[in-house]
Amino acid sequence: MAAKTLTIDGQMVGAAEDQTILEAARDAGIHIPTLCHLEGVQDVGACRLCLVEVTGINKLLPACVTKVTEGWEVRTSSERLQRYRRMVLELLFAERNHVCAVCVANGHCELQNLAVSLGMDHVRFDYQHPRLDVDLSHRLFGMDHNRCVLCTRCVRTCWYIEGAGTLNVAGRGEKSKIITDLNAPWGDSTTCTSCGKCVMACPTGALFYRGVTVAEMERDRGHLEYIVTAREKKQWIV
Amino acid sequence: MVLEELVQIKEQELASRKKFTLRCCLAAGCVSSNAQAVKDALDRAVKEAGLEKEVEVRGVGCMRLCCEGPLVAVDPAEVLFEKVAPADCDALVATLKGVPSQLKRGDLTAPFFKHQLSIVLENCGLVDPDRIESYIAADGYLALRNVLREMTPQEVVQLVTRSGLRGRGGAGYPTGLKWATVAKTTSSRKFVICNADEGDPGAFMDRSVLESDPHRVIEGMIIAAYAVGADQGFIYVRAEYPLAIQRLQTAIRQAKQYGLLGSGVFESPFNFNIEIRIGAGAFVCGEETALMASIEGRRGQPRPRPPFPAESGLWGHPTLINNVETFANIPPIALKGAEWFAGIGTERSKGTKVFALAGKITNTGLIEVPMGTPLRTIVEEMGGGAPEGGQIKAVQTGGPSGGCIPASQLDTPVDYESLAKLGSIMGSGGMIVMDQTTNMVDVARFFMEFCMDESCGKCVPCRAGTVQMHHLLRKVMDRKATSRDLAKLEELCDMVKNTSLCGLGQTAPNPVLSTLRYFRNEYLELLQPAPKQPAAVAPATGIF
Ligand SMILES: Cc1cc2nc3c(=O)[nH]c(=O)nc-3n(C[C@H](O)[C@H](O)[C@H](O)COP(=O)(O)O)c2cc1C
Ligand code: SF4
Ligand code: SF4
Ligand code: FES
Repeated sequence: MAAKTLTIDGQMVGAAEDQTILEAARDAGIHIPTLCHLEGVQDVGACRLCLVEVTGINKLLPACVTKVTEGWEVRTSSERLQRYRRMVLELLFAERNHVCAVCVANGHCELQNLAVSLGMDHVRFDYQHPRLDVDLSHRLFGMDHNRCVLCTRCVRTCWYIEGAGTLNVAGRGEKSKIITDLNAPWGDSTTCTSCGKCVMACPTGALFYRGVTVAEMERDRGHLEYIVTAREKKQWIV
Repeated sequence: MVLEELVQIKEQELASRKKFTLRCCLAAGCVSSNAQAVKDALDRAVKEAGLEKEVEVRGVGCMRLCCEGPLVAVDPAEVLFEKVAPADCDALVATLKGVPSQLKRGDLTAPFFKHQLSIVLENCGLVDPDRIESYIAADGYLALRNVLREMTPQEVVQLVTRSGLRGRGGAGYPTGLKWATVAKTTSSRKFVICNADEGDPGAFMDRSVLESDPHRVIEGMIIAAYAVGADQGFIYVRAEYPLAIQRLQTAIRQAKQYGLLGSGVFESPFNFNIEIRIGAGAFVCGEETALMASIEGRRGQPRPRPPFPAESGLWGHPTLINNVETFANIPPIALKGAEWFAGIGTERSKGTKVFALAGKITNTGLIEVPMGTPLRTIVEEMGGGAPEGGQIKAVQTGGPSGGCIPASQLDTPVDYESLAKLGSIMGSGGMIVMDQTTNMVDVARFFMEFCMDESCGKCVPCRAGTVQMHHLLRKVMDRKATSRDLAKLEELCDMVKNTSLCGLGQTAPNPVLSTLRYFRNEYLELLQPAPKQPAAVAPATGIF
């Protein structure tokens, strides 16, 4: 496969031609923040945290879905990009009810970690405080829509790794909502295999194991990638 | 079908014409003011007057001046009757015998009609949309026949390229270039899609074309399919347009019967079929990648491009997607030549554009003008200015993706570049006129509410950013905002514009940005004085 050479943050980087900017940067040890990206499932470019600048292109490009191109000069952390990223986080925190102090994922949450690492220390927008449900009908898992950032990692995992097709998105805009089957309670789902992969995929406290309490919801982030690598590459070490 | 048959149908149709034709508008605008009853009353009146041999009553499409509907035109007298009621029909028919009447007559020499140049709408209001013969009598399908028999697909692509035609769906992408890209792909399956989703509030151009002259769009699609090598087409039309859907279904059935669709179009080796797909009315489904997802039966949500549809579209196959009006321009270009078309309009915007004139303006309706026509000619001369002595304050083009052009800029010629320079866009052709009573902050709020409701919710900037921008605009309207809120609003506009995934989010801030640019004072007048103490930085709810 043909190789491409480009620079990322001034550093010369070699990449395979079908690699994304995100993969090429990761291989070169350059970190680009992500939220909707999850190793092992197809990318959707939805959270916009991974946007990067490329010299000569006036649009910002999502690193997770943009293939590398020979000669590109990519910048991953200009002042402007950092400001946009903090705003994405502010918008997410203001959108639903992210009250970390009483959240099962406190201390193990990707949203929280991003806020810390990107320096989002306060929210300037008015909190929307929507009234949302918690679905505790499933025997093993719970879904708290107050904590959901609509990254659809769970949906993609359910469809493309487990192949069950239980989870989906209903509604649009701010009324978007993760549903099980045709918006029936999770516990009544006839398609859910109770595999728990969606719970492993969730970056926040929206999906959790029944019985965990504040700050107890830890998950093995590498597990899904492990399954996919084993399946696709017949390789048992990630 | 071969050329001789086409000519024969045309001659038969022309020979069957009667001495007088009463053209009665049966497009949505007039139908909503009872035009169907007028048509029935005309039929009855003609019968009762014993004039059936001399008078044809023809249901036709839009005759432009929708605000004066129901409209009835008389040929060959060139008279247009306005606001015709069923009870007027006996008197109307009597005028054919020279009996004078008090019926309201339109002035066909008025600027509203005089400044129009009909290419897309040339048959609109003349042909009977339910009869293919009526279209053929107006040289319909002759362009298709000539293309199939006399041109290679490459020559068709070159023809469209040379014409300078640009997409009428909003962005103005060069049509020839798009066709060439799809034509060059080597896939064994390719698709052609007609985008008839038309979701902009206030827009009814595509609807009028489909309701008035559906065969023209179908003919344009068949030519496109031949040029790019596709054998299957889809027309994606919203469920809110039942009349357009019904007329398209009829038209497709008739075209099949005549061998103009299906296997061996015009007895050539070329096959092409068209299916209709009905959208549920989400604005975002007009975005091409969302539209294709919807046709495939998936949730109508945009996806990142590249890959562009031309490369990987419906079910992963190369797909040509154009707007209704873009396709409607194709048959005349094929008949009259690229040079003729390129001779109309401006340097970089060729041909004409159809606009739906609406809002605070005397004449509302459908107009088609050459590109480059000054806005002033459209709104003041053709539109007759604001009604009841009002004053035009601004003109909104491009719907929720566009902007408000202040009255001081009315001398701007209507073309893609000039409108973009003013912070608006050509858009698909909605043109909403506002007078001095309009509050521009409220206009921005209205469009933001639209974008907020129509956001698909996939990407964060658009889903959550439109909510916050709308909230801030509300705050300004309620006189509760400070200059700090205004700064936040501007920061959000910049962020949402630059980071959203699809055109909906990327253009959602435009109505705010353009009103801030030209009517900033209206925002400032509504602001509260900023508090002396900087607001506490700690959020209302603890996060950490
Ligand atoms: C939110 C959104 C809505 C759109 N709605 C329409 C529409 O209703 N009709 C249309 O023709 N194009 C619409 N477009 C543009 C299409 O994506 C596409 O560019 C167009 O159909 C291409 O046709 P053209 O090249 O003939 O203009 C929309 C785009 C966006 C981002
Ligand atoms: S439940 Fe979790 S994984 Fe699923 S969309 Fe919400 S935040 Fe993402
Ligand atoms: S910009 Fe808006 S409509 Fe487009 S993908 Fe993002 S959320 Fe959906
Ligand atoms: S990680 Fe690329 S858009 Fe979310």
